[in-house]
Amino acid sequence: MTLAFAALLVWILGWAVNGWLARGPMANTPLVRLAVPLIFGLTILGVWELVVRGLNVPLVILPAPSLIAARFAGSLPVLWEDFSQTILKGALSGYVIGCGAAFLMAILVDRSDFLRRGLLPVGNFVAALPIVGTAPILVMWFGFDWQSKAAVVVVMVFFPMLVNTVAGLREATQMQRDLMQTYGASYWQGLVKLRLPAAMPFIFNGLKISTTLALIGAIVAEFFGSPTVGMGFRISTSVGQLALDMVWAEIVVAAIAGSVFYGIVALAEKTVTFWHPSQRR
Amino acid sequence: MRSLVAVLTVVAALVVVWYLACIPMNIAGVLVEAERAGATVTPTDGAERRATSGIVLAAKNSFAIPATWAQERPRLPAPDQVVNELWKTTVGMNITSKRSLVYHAWVTLSATLLGFAIGTGLGILLAVGIVHSRVMDMSVMPWAIVSQTIPIIALAPMIIVVLYSVGMQGIVPKAVISAYLSFFPVVVGMVKGLRSPDAMQLDLLRTYNASSAQGFWKLRLPASMPYLFASLKIGISASLVGAIVGELPTGAVAGLGARLLAGSYYGQTVQIWSALFGAAILAACLVGLLGLIERALLARMGMAR
Repeated sequence: MTLAFAALLVWILGWAVNGWLARGPMANTPLVRLAVPLIFGLTILGVWELVVRGLNVPLVILPAPSLIAARFAGSLPVLWEDFSQTILKGALSGYVIGCGAAFLMAILVDRSDFLRRGLLPVGNFVAALPIVGTAPILVMWFGFDWQSKAAVVVVMVFFPMLVNTVAGLREATQMQRDLMQTYGASYWQGLVKLRLPAAMPFIFNGLKISTTLALIGAIVAEFFGSPTVGMGFRISTSVGQLALDMVWAEIVVAAIAGSVFYGIVALAEKTVTFWHPSQRR
Repeated sequence: MRSLVAVLTVVAALVVVWYLACIPMNIAGVLVEAERAGATVTPTDGAERRATSGIVLAAKNSFAIPATWAQERPRLPAPDQVVNELWKTTVGMNITSKRSLVYHAWVTLSATLLGFAIGTGLGILLAVGIVHSRVMDMSVMPWAIVSQTIPIIALAPMIIVVLYSVGMQGIVPKAVISAYLSFFPVVVGMVKGLRSPDAMQLDLLRTYNASSAQGFWKLRLPASMPYLFASLKIGISASLVGAIVGELPTGAVAGLGARLLAGSYYGQTVQIWSALFGAAILAACLVGLLGLIERALLARMGMAR
């Protein structure tokens, strides 16, 4: 019980420090901007740990962060195997194929006004559907291994990417296109030198949305059948064995993988679209 | 009008591609049945047949092509089979029947709507807090943004088991998953919306000596509506996905997710496809409904574009 009171104290202390920092004169420095969310995160972790220990919350409901960290450190080989099966083989290969196919398709579609008019509403419609549901079908077609997960990912990322790229290719203004025409530029020159660079913010938007979708697709597809390795497999079997510390360890892996994946794409965006207003400082 | 023609053409083309894809996908199964029925199949040897591709098989056994669209358990059911099954399980069956798709859709829909309401309500509250308190903004907002980059759906099986062990089951666990999937998009969109009035407009209110509450109700909240609806549309489809995925790990007996799972266990492909289309139609209706509300509301507020 005393530990639970300590949790309350930690919460008040963390909040007070953050309040002091956020209202202080240094509030807009990058250091404080980084420190405040970090302190908040640490406070949550501290409160979690103390409450779980203080109230003797059973492992089946919520394991303490220290326990999760210990499990994480203790089963690194297993976690790495699951990571490479689900993320490196399933999600990444599907992501590359899906986004690449959508990109090429978008360039084809862009050549015909009729196709664009027809395909954009359909693409927008499909992008809003629960496509994860195709997972059982694709698992049936492509077997239990990572190929079926990659297929689910391809289907999931294809339409958001297609819609974004097609919208991006229309971004160059008529004035700019006319200028290219007066230079006597061919279609391909106009595409490579004007319209693709202008489309980059949209393309990267599609790529960023797709990173999360790829991970979701790869993990959920494993709920429908997988070899005895993989993050979705581990999560569903560990839940069955009530080994919640293992589940949380996998979730930590998923969180790290998701943010790093997104971070890499965001970094690439920064270097490619340095000219765009949203990237300027 | 021209767009409508274009859309219909694309849809028609997709249907044709689907029918054509059925031929190589299903031909092997059809030929096995045909051989059992006594027909002569061109590569008579079964092993040799397995080694040849579906397209070659179809070319050599053109008599079997119509059968690929009418198999009982095809690898890829033809569109008319799916539509038939949809019709049979929605209109042609009593709604209360356990085999009616309407019944299953309702089970999923109720969890989706409950979760969506909770998630949206909490999301809007948090967004208001973030906009009005600098501490909350600086501590919570980065985490809300980061959380959108991680596949939080991985938490779904655990939430169900944990809630089950404290004695909750049925609609609540699914609604919780739906709620937290729709929560973060709403927070991020609503914060953007509440901040969308520019400095000029805020200054004007200040010259009117408006209080912070008046500024909220008369400027910030109305200005945030387009952003709110954009994120509501994302949120409701995320909620539906959450409710469907929430039905998978526990082996639920009712709901669209349960239909998908049961279909994949028993190889009932037509059932999987019809559940999938049921989910798609449901999602389209929900998003369309939100779009209608948005249009009516914005028109009434004089913000229609």
